[in-house]
Amino acid sequence: MKIRTFFVYLIGMILAISLAASASPVFAASGKQKNIILATTTSTQDSGLLDVLIPIFEKKTGYFVKTIAVGSGQAMAMGQKGEADVLLVHSPDAELKFVAEGNGINRRLVMHNDFIIVGPADDPVTVKMSKSVKEGFKKISLGSALFLSRGDNSGTHAKEKAIWKSVGINPEGQRWYQQTGLGMGQTLNVASEKRAYTLADRGTYLALKKNLGLDILLAGDALLLNVYHVIEVNAAKWPKVNAPGAKAFSDFMVSRQTQKIIGSFGVDKYGSPLFFPDAGKNEENLGK
Amino acid sequence: MDLILEGIRQAFFLITTLDPEVLGITLLSLKISGTATLISLFIGVSTGTVVALTRFPGRRLLVSLINTGMGLPPVVVGLFVTIFLWRNGPLGFLEILYTPTAIIVAQTIIATPIVTGISLAAMQQLPHNLRLQILALGANRIQMIWILIREARLPLLAAVMAGFGGVISEVGASIMVGGNIKGYSRVLTTATVMESSRGNFDIAIALSVILLLLAYIINLILTQIQQRERPR
Repeated sequence: MKIRTFFVYLIGMILAISLAASASPVFAASGKQKNIILATTTSTQDSGLLDVLIPIFEKKTGYFVKTIAVGSGQAMAMGQKGEADVLLVHSPDAELKFVAEGNGINRRLVMHNDFIIVGPADDPVTVKMSKSVKEGFKKISLGSALFLSRGDNSGTHAKEKAIWKSVGINPEGQRWYQQTGLGMGQTLNVASEKRAYTLADRGTYLALKKNLGLDILLAGDALLLNVYHVIEVNAAKWPKVNAPGAKAFSDFMVSRQTQKIIGSFGVDKYGSPLFFPDAGKNEENLGK
Repeated sequence: MDLILEGIRQAFFLITTLDPEVLGITLLSLKISGTATLISLFIGVSTGTVVALTRFPGRRLLVSLINTGMGLPPVVVGLFVTIFLWRNGPLGFLEILYTPTAIIVAQTIIATPIVTGISLAAMQQLPHNLRLQILALGANRIQMIWILIREARLPLLAAVMAGFGGVISEVGASIMVGGNIKGYSRVLTTATVMESSRGNFDIAIALSVILLLLAYIINLILTQIQQRERPR
């Protein structure tokens, strides 16, 4: 066979593939704007909350929700490129920047829980005795125990960095400081195996507690508040964004019925709620 | 150890009770990876055959590229497919990101070089004189190629197994382009990752056992076909 044969083959192949592609029904545009892409944090999925809420929303509105569970940082990066319709995130400082830059609109308070510092039960650096979170972090930074960071720009990671900053310590590159780059659930598993300290959201911790050798060592500090907001991606900036769908989801999250479900989620399984509903409240008054 | 036993027990339970969610995930995995393997077979065997039987400038370069492609990392494929399929990306108009179709596309890209490379090697290993002999017996070119493919069918089945094995066990691309959406684009591997990050290790183990069983059954069937043909 000659070169000619090869090119004839190549062209035939391309034709065949494009024919198959255009004939295939899966490539036909799927129902106009019935899909919503929800970019959210891992904690809302790993805790199981969205598995409860999404089916209710879909049944009520007829929208189909594509939940992409990533860290808050990545979720906002998706929103920034118009690749998501609505965000459910917990990284307030980055959120304000996101909205200020015109990427998102209608940022609304949904719920809160709190961050906790967890670590091995025997607590080698006596974090448990600390009077405040700052003191606890300082004790860890003395270096005789390992601290695991998410290191993935998630809301939890942002909170952790803010705490380090507030105590004036730069943990990057320290021997006692390691970054997993993983979600909350996996990071907790790693911390448990390495007998390390880490910052976690209470919801994920409670959901995973049964397999972890980690205790809650510090909680209840105002600094540890973990607030979730829903933000609609700005359709004026990205015309392909499903604005009505995003609004419907956002409205759903702050509706009375949903808020009630959030407040009771996890009570039967863990004895206490994983999230506290806050729609319509003033963020300033949370945790007081 | 208890955990593993509990996982296996759970797997047995999920299979025997035909748990609808697990059943759905398993069937979807089969459907996606089966379709991807089929498409890659179509492209791979024909490309492999043509490249094996023709001589043209740059052929060695092409072969080396195909061989490199056999080790294409799934996450790299996932990343690029995602970027291409973004709403505002070059192929955004297709609107297939975060759908099973997107996973098929990514898995096809992963499997095709594997199938191509093995087919290429298989066809090249046939004795060169065989071609002349077939032509001398009066076969036309298409008949000749068909006979050659039939002659190489045993290694070609290995190509199917390698391609399918590569994509059914792949997680990086599936999670990136499919999004692991419940009841829609969640396959066995992505469900395993999620369940283990949720701390449900028993279910994660159960899903792994199902995945292994599935891969084993498929390969068993293919091996049966392959080995049956041997004594002739």
